[in-house]
Amino acid sequence: MVNLVQKHAVGAHYGLRDWLAQRVTAVVMIGYTLLVAAIVLWHGGLDHATWQAVYANPAFKLATFLFMVALFWHAWVGVRNILMDYVKPVGVRLALQAAVIAALIAYTGWTIQVLWALQ
Amino acid sequence: MSGSTRPVAKPRPVYLNLIAIRLPFPGFVSFLHRFSGAVMFLVGIPVLLWAVQSSVASPARFDEFKALVAHPLAKLVVLGLVWAYVHHLLAGVRHLALDLHVGTDLKAARHSSTVVFVVALALTAIVGIRLW
Repeated sequence: MVNLVQKHAVGAHYGLRDWLAQRVTAVVMIGYTLLVAAIVLWHGGLDHATWQAVYANPAFKLATFLFMVALFWHAWVGVRNILMDYVKPVGVRLALQAAVIAALIAYTGWTIQVLWALQ
Repeated sequence: MSGSTRPVAKPRPVYLNLIAIRLPFPGFVSFLHRFSGAVMFLVGIPVLLWAVQSSVASPARFDEFKALVAHPLAKLVVLGLVWAYVHHLLAGVRHLALDLHVGTDLKAARHSSTVVFVVALALTAIVGIRLW
């Protein structure tokens, strides 16, 4: 029998999840941005000593980590949308998407190294 | 598995030629949202991580970092990233408002896109003045 249906290299049902994730991560990042802006304005700018003191606070580190993870997740959804719109050959697109995921996971590792000063 | 197969694709009106396309202003602001996002992914994230890493390391590294960022070319990069962040954030807030059905009529949508564009440039200019 002749197969008249064409398969598409896409999944299903992740549209709403991505849409929601993009907005939840955005709100998290807005909150962190306001927090940092408030800290900078409160201190009237940041010299090294002040910055070090703010940065040493474990709660601030955790908030920063939350921001970074939200950022990476948000970046994944956004960059994937761009790749889906402009990179049509499936092989190239998948390769680029894999590279983006690899980069974002590496950035997550780098974030942990920076925040908790692992060498 | 009815969701995994579809009828043969009909030609769809897709028009994504960035050079030929003429966008209305909200569309242009939306394009900048995407463009700024791409810039932040490619340049912003590594620069941010590097900046945090060198700024907390030690007073000496902090001064080194400040000296490097004081270079005019570096300032230009920082300013570009500041614009990308502010524009992306404001345009994102506008999208969130539209999601909540706030400002969806044509006049309000055009107006808010102009506000996003201008306020992002103004805030970037303020940071630029403080940088120089």
